[in-house]
Amino acid sequence: MTFLTDHILILILFFPLLAGVAVLFIPRDRCQAIRWTALIASLFPFLLTIAAWFRFDPNMEGYQLVGDYYWYEAIGSSLHLGVDGLSLSMVLLTTLLTPLAILASFSVAEKVKAFMFLFLVLETGMLGVFLAIDLLVFFVFWEIGLVPMYFLINQWGSKNRNYASLKFMIYTMGGSLGLLLAVQMLGVTFGTYDLQKITAAWPTLDTLGNVPLWLKDMNTVKTVAFWAFVIAFAVKVPVWPFHTWLPDAHTEAPTAGSMILAGVLLKLGAYGFLRLVLPLYPAQSAQYAGVLAFLAVAAIVFGAFASFGQTDFKRLVAYSSVNHMGFVLLGIAAAAKAMGTQDAIIALNGAVLQMFNHGLSAAGMFFLVGVIYERTHTRNLNELGGLFPLAPVYGGILIFTSMASLGLPGLNGFVSEFLVVRGAWPVLTAFTAVGMLGLLFTGAYILKGIKQVLHGPLNEKWSGKLTEINTREIIVMAPLMLLMLVLGLWPAWLLDIINKAMLMLF
Amino acid sequence: MNFYDTLVWLIPLPPALAFFLIVLFTNKNRSLSHWVAIGAAGLSWLGSMVIFLRALGVEHLRDHPFGSSIPWLPLGKDWLEIGVRIDPLGAAVLFFVAWTILMIFIYSVGYQNYGQPEGDHDVKGLPPHGATVGRGQDRRTVLSVEPMYSRFFAFLGLFAFGMYTLVVSDNVLTLFVGWEIMGLCSYLLIGFWYGKKSARDAAIKAFMTTRVGDVFMLLGIAYLYSATGSIAFSKVFAEETLAQLAATPSIWGFSAAGMIALLFFIGAIGKSAQWPLHVWLPDAMEGPTPVSAMIHAATMVSAGVYMIIRIFPLITADWHGHGLTPTMTVIAFIGAFTAIFAATIAVAQNDIKRVLAYSTISQLGYMVAAVGIGAYVAAAFHLITHAFFKALLFLGSGSVIHGMEHGALHTGDHKVDPQDMFNMGGLRKKMPITFWTFLIGGFALSGFPVLTAGFWSKDEILADAWAHHGSHPMVLAVFITLAAAAFLTAFYTMRQITLTFLGEPRTDEAKHAHETPWTMTVPLMVLAFFAITCGWVGIPEWFTGGLIPNWFHEFVGHTLVHVPEAAPFSWVPLGTSVVVALSGLLLGWLVYRNVKSPQEDILQIPLLKNKYYFDEAYHTVFVRFSVWFSEVFVYKWMDKFLIDGILDIIGWLTGQTGTIFRNYFDKPVINETIGDGSAWLVQKFGASLRPIQTGRIQQYLLSALAVMIMLGGILYYLLVLA
Repeated sequence: MTFLTDHILILILFFPLLAGVAVLFIPRDRCQAIRWTALIASLFPFLLTIAAWFRFDPNMEGYQLVGDYYWYEAIGSSLHLGVDGLSLSMVLLTTLLTPLAILASFSVAEKVKAFMFLFLVLETGMLGVFLAIDLLVFFVFWEIGLVPMYFLINQWGSKNRNYASLKFMIYTMGGSLGLLLAVQMLGVTFGTYDLQKITAAWPTLDTLGNVPLWLKDMNTVKTVAFWAFVIAFAVKVPVWPFHTWLPDAHTEAPTAGSMILAGVLLKLGAYGFLRLVLPLYPAQSAQYAGVLAFLAVAAIVFGAFASFGQTDFKRLVAYSSVNHMGFVLLGIAAAAKAMGTQDAIIALNGAVLQMFNHGLSAAGMFFLVGVIYERTHTRNLNELGGLFPLAPVYGGILIFTSMASLGLPGLNGFVSEFLVVRGAWPVLTAFTAVGMLGLLFTGAYILKGIKQVLHGPLNEKWSGKLTEINTREIIVMAPLMLLMLVLGLWPAWLLDIINKAMLMLF
Repeated sequence: MNFYDTLVWLIPLPPALAFFLIVLFTNKNRSLSHWVAIGAAGLSWLGSMVIFLRALGVEHLRDHPFGSSIPWLPLGKDWLEIGVRIDPLGAAVLFFVAWTILMIFIYSVGYQNYGQPEGDHDVKGLPPHGATVGRGQDRRTVLSVEPMYSRFFAFLGLFAFGMYTLVVSDNVLTLFVGWEIMGLCSYLLIGFWYGKKSARDAAIKAFMTTRVGDVFMLLGIAYLYSATGSIAFSKVFAEETLAQLAATPSIWGFSAAGMIALLFFIGAIGKSAQWPLHVWLPDAMEGPTPVSAMIHAATMVSAGVYMIIRIFPLITADWHGHGLTPTMTVIAFIGAFTAIFAATIAVAQNDIKRVLAYSTISQLGYMVAAVGIGAYVAAAFHLITHAFFKALLFLGSGSVIHGMEHGALHTGDHKVDPQDMFNMGGLRKKMPITFWTFLIGGFALSGFPVLTAGFWSKDEILADAWAHHGSHPMVLAVFITLAAAAFLTAFYTMRQITLTFLGEPRTDEAKHAHETPWTMTVPLMVLAFFAITCGWVGIPEWFTGGLIPNWFHEFVGHTLVHVPEAAPFSWVPLGTSVVVALSGLLLGWLVYRNVKSPQEDILQIPLLKNKYYFDEAYHTVFVRFSVWFSEVFVYKWMDKFLIDGILDIIGWLTGQTGTIFRNYFDKPVINETIGDGSAWLVQKFGASLRPIQTGRIQQYLLSALAVMIMLGGILYYLLVLA
């Protein structure tokens, strides 16, 4: 038992990978066994996360449940794991969404074994980013996550999957090249990759000791490194104008892939901003907060408009992610500018909560798109419509989830968007005001989706073909919907942990 | 926390619970569903009445309101608190909300044809078409029950939750929560018959138009919260906070208080359908009539006015009792303009519900104008009387439509529009209860002197405007505009009553119309009672010679720190009210008593009939532009062409660079020169050495000897000489 509690994070991290390897030993034709093994295995990290949640003391400074393992001593890097309120809430989101996504992919019939294996590897990849407090380990997991996702899109995706998977892979890797260099520079400068040590020393460092750079001006070095970090994370979030890989990847990915892609993978970028950019580059962040705010507002506004302009249901939902993640970046930009004030804390609370909330609602929306797609084999909004009388339960669930995504007060999205707007208003007033245009059109595209899918006279074309949402699918949605409601009514259980983490971090 | 403080928390909950119960469990069972919903509305009604009656007995309710607050969001080192609060204004609003909601819930049972058979061809998403019953001679068509009966009550429940939440809130944030939940329910209920294109479009139009206001209101909340550090009314409306906000400059010459109030007011423009965001309300009549009565007359649209009455201290923070602040000028202008603008449209409408819709817009304009000129109590008074008589009128019109549908099923002609007033006439004999209650509601709306509630509340607004008409030109303009609008109101109301109920039936359907069941007529009678009596609580003191104090003014006026003074008596506003109401009614009757068809109607002016072409203009300017901007500009041009184009160019360039390297470096230099070249060189070298491989032993030994001599020479040189 003490082994379990002492090494809880590394267990959470590697259990999915081990389970994935175990899945490989199940005979290929035993599909049901493979599915159930993967599902049950993915529940363990979730239960461990809940255990970690209760062992976690939100009032304590710094990282907790720390584990430090031998890894690459020669260059000063170790497998150093730990959580604070920020990463713990993201770990919870990841371990919650993965079992749901696996349950959602019970309908995948081709190459089940490979699918489940990749999915479990993907979970380890994502968790590693959130758990690592070593820069090199962070980067390794950052890249590891790409590989299974590439194959998930490439092998199980729809028509245009080759283009989409390549674009996703190249774009994200290209974006993180600068990150790799900047990480190496930090590692060589300090002789260690330990995040805590670097965070403590780097922002005030004024000479580069070990690095034979011809740049003597430390400010320039930091600015360049700042942008290297920012671009890597901006591509992942994705921030306008680096967002065009997202609609392609989301649209082509299999349902579960889109759920995880929108639910967790985008959060990696935002997490990078919060974990690395703001603490390592406070001065540069404050200096360029206006640029970040501009990009954030562009994402909010153009994301909403682009979403409204879609005729493909899944693409509409995909663009909604650009719109919603824009609020996360707006909160981050406001905090960067007003660091240390109450406004900054409110904006950060909003940003982190928005990450969690978007994880829930985007995963739910993509799943619901998948439910329709599996039955009709079309995502074209002009061919749908009038499905409400055919599938009333599905309709109710879709409206509920859409409203959460829209940010209806009483559901989760509102709380976080309100906090971001509140935090950003005194700091970035004009940007916030323009962002409202995006909020307005959030309503437009959500209602367009509902209207084009559900409303209209009973659709004879699908009558008899379209079956009601089944029990398995309701089980996927139920925890998401419950959390959307609970977080809308009583967000304090989560926000308290986030808030304390933000107070200590910034 | 005592009993009453706790009770305030509980008031909104039963309808929310009813929503979940119906959706999750009872949706298959009609009677259970409506009992759950009505039971929940009844519980909330009971709680509201207890609170209201208790509030009457509490002195200094302003200083000791019912309610409490709890910490909700941890932000930094503090918690954001939310809570509930009933002060005099809250209690008065709670009273009318509870009554109208309960009545409309009961009315809905009849309106959605509970107890009738299921329709022959009814489908979900379309209104019921009727069912055939009986055999042979008895075979006839009767009204059929709504296919989504339970769902209707679930939505009503959720809506009631939103409204109660709004009323009991002690802060702007939960007020906004209730506000938006009502917005959602309004959307769901306008689009209740989602199979109809008009209903779908109207639902989206309503949601989007009000959302324009909502995003401004959200900014207002953010502004207020960041400027004062609080969202609670008690803290925000504290004297020192207001003084500080009034002293802080904002942009365009507004003070911070004025700017925040303006942002909130834009929210009210959307919700209360004021010009220029009025376009959604008439279309909202696509929803079932109880919805029109509850949401689009009595409660949700009133919420906008309630909100600006609520933030009155903020609006008037930099007001000194004379003149008008910039914010107040804007509010007064929008209100007065809307009042007259909507009234002119109402005179040319033929749809019984659309007349009422424009009338509602116009009346809400009255209240807004009243707030704009600082007539706090008058605005609140008209809000309450209007809620009763307008709910009554809407329910009455629903009853009329129901009766007409009955007639239409009898004749079998489904082409006849049961909502067109020119298809009616003479209904007073067929539907006496509906007629008399409608008459009461109509007279109250017109401000029929002394007897009706509408007279007293409207008169109070005019009196207030007259009392301050010298302080600012806008106030005088408000007075004149509202008086003119009052005349038009009386005129179109009498036009409506005359066309609908008086004279002789103009169609067979009207001849066979039938009075509606008791579930519909009882709510009419209850509301008719209030449409008369609720005006009596606010009779000015001068009318009774000072014998009876103006109870309403005393009660609601004490919501504010400085109780506003009642307007002094003057013959001008009183005379104006009486004259415009009576002359409007008389003229309406004279003009329309013999009109048989729309062709004889002199007011069918295209400009008015088409509502000044606002819908068309908005459609072109906003809707079509947004669609173009989204589909073409943002998606096709920016994302697909520009951004993806740049990416593709980068990809192409990378590919080209690779090709160039391959064609001009790899292939010629590496492959051909170095790779193939070295092989070629070795080959050549080997070939050139081939001649010495002769196969003769003598030659080999000779060369071996030569090598040994050379080696010996080298060794000698290295070891001996060096």
